[in-house]
Amino acid sequence: MIEIDISAKLGKFSLQVNFEAERGITALFGPSGSGKTSLIRLIAGLETPDSGLIQISGRTLFDKSSDINLPVHKRNVGYVLQEANIFPHLTIRQNLTYARWAGRRSRIINIKDVCKVLGIEKLLDRMPDKLSGGERQRVAIGRALLSDPSVLLLDEPLSALDHSRKLEILPFLEQIRDRYDIPMIYISHSVDEITRLADYLLVLKNGKQSIFGPIESVLRNLDIRGSGDALEAGSLLNGVCTGFDNNVALAQIDIGEQILQLPIAAMRIGAQVRLRIKASDVALALSKPDGISIQNMLVGKITALRQTDPSHVTVDLQIGTQQIRSHITKKAAMDLALEESKSCIALLKAVALEGRGDP
Amino acid sequence: MIDEQLISIILLSLKIAGVAIIFATPLAIILGYALARWKFFGHWLLNALIYIPLVLPPVVTGFILLEFFGPKGIAGVFLSNYLGLDLGFKWTGAALAAGIVAFPLIIRPIKLAFENIEQGLIDDASILGASPLLAFMTVSLPLAFPGIIAGAVLGFAKALGEFGATITFVSNIPGETRTISLGVYALMQSPDGDHDALVLVLITVGLSLSAIIVSEWMSRRFVARSRTIR
Repeated sequence: MIEIDISAKLGKFSLQVNFEAERGITALFGPSGSGKTSLIRLIAGLETPDSGLIQISGRTLFDKSSDINLPVHKRNVGYVLQEANIFPHLTIRQNLTYARWAGRRSRIINIKDVCKVLGIEKLLDRMPDKLSGGERQRVAIGRALLSDPSVLLLDEPLSALDHSRKLEILPFLEQIRDRYDIPMIYISHSVDEITRLADYLLVLKNGKQSIFGPIESVLRNLDIRGSGDALEAGSLLNGVCTGFDNNVALAQIDIGEQILQLPIAAMRIGAQVRLRIKASDVALALSKPDGISIQNMLVGKITALRQTDPSHVTVDLQIGTQQIRSHITKKAAMDLALEESKSCIALLKAVALEGRGDP
Repeated sequence: MIDEQLISIILLSLKIAGVAIIFATPLAIILGYALARWKFFGHWLLNALIYIPLVLPPVVTGFILLEFFGPKGIAGVFLSNYLGLDLGFKWTGAALAAGIVAFPLIIRPIKLAFENIEQGLIDDASILGASPLLAFMTVSLPLAFPGIIAGAVLGFAKALGEFGATITFVSNIPGETRTISLGVYALMQSPDGDHDALVLVLITVGLSLSAIIVSEWMSRRFVARSRTIR
């Protein structure tokens, strides 16, 4: 549980944030200079807010009203930077265990487990200058984990890495999230990483919190175009793989009563998946059309209809317990006479697989 | 060739320079760290003060020391009465003069070494739970170690050759304050001292050269290492 309500003035820049994240990963998104790193530094205690409260899992790190401001070394946070600093004069093992011998932190998390999860068992006796970028990031993540953190602060931990290294580390982060149940704050410019990992999304603009909420609802409700990397409005659907057809390489994903088909090389039955569907990839029909190449159709009920610009509307559909958003022209909506609580069919032109967790 | 008198001059010089470095280096580490890492009131003044012995004529330094630490100086009387430490015309005074004149050379590489350490590494140490003192002991100090060695070696060589401040402050007393430089000076004044002076000069050149080589080697190692950081 992360509870933050602070305002801070850092030079000419001012930051104001107020959110509560129940569990899991909170993604921080926003253009550079919007205050993402500042927020993380405030949580770590490297900067001090002017007023407010920072609580992690019930422990108060900062509270202006009762004059609490724990020094950095007593905050128990894990911090991993884009280009992590590994102590160059210590072996990898000494780096990993630094929090234990220099920080006197407890040994709740087992070092063997962490090394195994991160795939760094073989590096332990080496010096840091022999490490590749990916190995370095993994060591930094391991070192942070082994400091028994009550929260992990990840400041673009993967952005310095090339694509294949990213793919190598992302599963580790998912495993850490699922296995150690440590709340995380994760800065990223990558929409893929955010939609794959995050439970909550916090969007910052010029030091102000512009959006916060559970990722599914936030993504449905926003279009953060123009914030550097376009995070296009869309929907996230959670589902379970219930079948796989080897002949056509299609996975059946149960999203609650209805089934989607996902073209993919392989998938284990029972795997938890998260699917992302852009609003502009969802077409609407009043009845199931015949003779059409689109395979995925979902029956739903319109919950909201809203005009976004003179020629377009967005339509929210309730699909079982989940929601999906469609972006269509106003003319089309009028021709179909769409209105709230009307049933219709969502035709999904493209479905992207975002994340895979193990049940 | 080398008689006992010369050997005792060399040993005395080594003792004086050694004691000077043993006291000056820890102080240089503390001040160097403070100047490199902290911002405080009077930072610029302290920064200027530590380099003063470098630009001040050594005779002036010696004169100030004599006024202050001499048998009639405030500090001299205090040290003599309360600690039983006499500096005036004693080898301890020579060590003080050598330490002060060498101080700028000791602190410079140390301060640079501390400045070269990335703030991120020190932040990481605190974030990982190390108290400020432990972070200093486990991260800053070992990373600055080559700079500390370089400073100490350079300072040692400078202290070994100190002349002006020493002769002004503690005079040129055989067996007490007559170091190599003062010995060379005294030998040159006597009609048949040329040979002994030459021997001392050669030994001094040898010692200074090896100090510079060790110091260079250390700082090169340091540069190589800081390049691989990241």
